[in-house]
Amino acid sequence: MINQAFAVAGPFTWLFDPLSHEFMRRALLVSALVGAVCGLLSCYMTLKGWALMGDAVSHAVMPGVVVAYALGIPFSIGAFVFGVGSVALIGFVKQKSRVKEDTVIGLVFTGFFALGLVLVSKIKSNIDLMHILFGSPLGISNADLMQTFIISVIVVVFLLIYRRDLMLYCFDPTHARSIGINTTFLHYLLLSVLSLAAVAGLQTVGIILVVAMLITPGATAYLLTDRFDRMTTLAIMSSVISSIIGVYISYWSDIETGGSIVLVQTIIFLLAFLFAPRYGILNSQKSIP
Amino acid sequence: MIDSLRKGKATEISRIQANQICVDYNGLVALYDASLELPGGCICGLVGMNGAGKSTFFKALMGFVRPSRGNILINGQSVKHAQRDQAVAYVPQNEGIDCSFPVSVWDVVMMGRYGSMDIFRIPRESDRKAVWHALERVELLDLRRRPIGELSGGQRKRAFLARAIAQRASVLLLDEPFSGVDVRTEKLMAELFIQFRNEGRTILISTHDLSHVRDFCDLVVLINKTVLAYGETSKVFTSENITMTFGGMPPNLLSGPITSEDSL
Ligand SMILES: Nc1ncnc2c1ncn2[C@@H]1O[C@H](COP(=O)(O)OP(=O)(O)OP(=O)(O)O)[C@@H](O)[C@H]1O
Ligand SMILES: [Mg+2]
Repeated sequence: MINQAFAVAGPFTWLFDPLSHEFMRRALLVSALVGAVCGLLSCYMTLKGWALMGDAVSHAVMPGVVVAYALGIPFSIGAFVFGVGSVALIGFVKQKSRVKEDTVIGLVFTGFFALGLVLVSKIKSNIDLMHILFGSPLGISNADLMQTFIISVIVVVFLLIYRRDLMLYCFDPTHARSIGINTTFLHYLLLSVLSLAAVAGLQTVGIILVVAMLITPGATAYLLTDRFDRMTTLAIMSSVISSIIGVYISYWSDIETGGSIVLVQTIIFLLAFLFAPRYGILNSQKSIP
Repeated sequence: MIDSLRKGKATEISRIQANQICVDYNGLVALYDASLELPGGCICGLVGMNGAGKSTFFKALMGFVRPSRGNILINGQSVKHAQRDQAVAYVPQNEGIDCSFPVSVWDVVMMGRYGSMDIFRIPRESDRKAVWHALERVELLDLRRRPIGELSGGQRKRAFLARAIAQRASVLLLDEPFSGVDVRTEKLMAELFIQFRNEGRTILISTHDLSHVRDFCDLVVLINKTVLAYGETSKVFTSENITMTFGGMPPNLLSGPITSEDSL
């Protein structure tokens, strides 16, 4: 039976066959979309050195998701509130105490995450913990798809409008201020967008792996170019490609989707790490003599 | 060409006006009662020992440290307002930037134009011209495509000066622009500053090279946690004042760089 299908559709069955399923089309769509959004944002995260912040925000949205489900409101609203709340709390604790920033970040996000776990077990609802933690693009509901779409549009619009200002803010905040740019606004804009992107990313790879979506594509692109614009293009491309390949692998070999997407991303990073024209370790050694 | 100069063209308006500025870092006083008034079209040298508060003064003028007392006007406006009008360009002593950031020299200088562009920061022809001229001025045109991290220290310094030039501000605050640049560039920069002064701009420069002050500064400010003396170079830049500024060091500094410690 299966052999027959292969024979009919030719060598591209592996590519087109999954597309006949509604759930696969949706999974590919949402994964590619989230990949693009997170890929774009990842450039700013890696250049700003906010990997840990990304990890923090993505974990801190957990209780928000649970509370939102319990209250029957869109999960993204709850997630956003807790994401931004965690950031505000990190800022507050850092300012008011002598504890170092990375310690505060680690402390706050694990606290939030723990709260989320406790809430899940306490609030008896139909939330599937595994879906939150590991994502489930193959089983995404219409409502979630819609939310992810809206979030993505918001994030992309803001990142596109402020792309130059945000780049300048990451590169040289002092200069940004000295030409009258409101850096406080940019700071909170970037954090808000980060919270939103974490919520979107949670749909495809889940809370635990979202941070990979938010840094790996940027890190990969960073190894490949010296130009910021090219870096964003490359990051988006590698991120979208990873998402699509990841979903296919997940479909054909029946493995967990979030894991497979992130694993593809990591492999692409490793390839860049080894073979990048200027900064790959295999090439940079050549130029030493 | 210089829109921002039109504002406050009348020389009666002070370009920089600082009244009794006090700055402390967590209770540690770095600057007290520092007052300064600079007219349009002058080069002013800011001279003092390490730790005298020169950089702090610059940061206070830019609103980066909040003075505990005193107020500052630039072109008769608040600092924030002046910054939004692109009236003031600032080059810090240390840029403190991430040198592996993926931007070229051209991109960096273009950042000087952002404030004059629309929200999307899309360069117009005039912006590109300004960047080109600025790079030409500091002789970095050939290196414009280089990533900023692949410049030498002095070249990087020139790139950031070019950014300030591209901004076309009427007030330039330059914190030790001469440190780490070669003699040729030093001369080039001095000529540039004199030209800017003739165009009616005001330039405040901190420097440790006292010959600069004599050579091209119209005014001089001697500071050590406060303004010790301030006025025309010929009147204020005396050996007694310099001795006072450098805490009793003999003024033979004036006749050249200190060669050994035996002058102590
Ligand atoms: N961020 C800071 N926190 C605490 N103290 C500071 C800070 N920056 C400067 N200071 C202190 O304020 C004083 C003035 O410093 P400032 O950097 O203004 O000196 P400066 O005149 O620029 O010296 P230099 O010639 O070395 O550049 C110094 O005693 C310094 O220790
Ligand atoms: Mg200094």
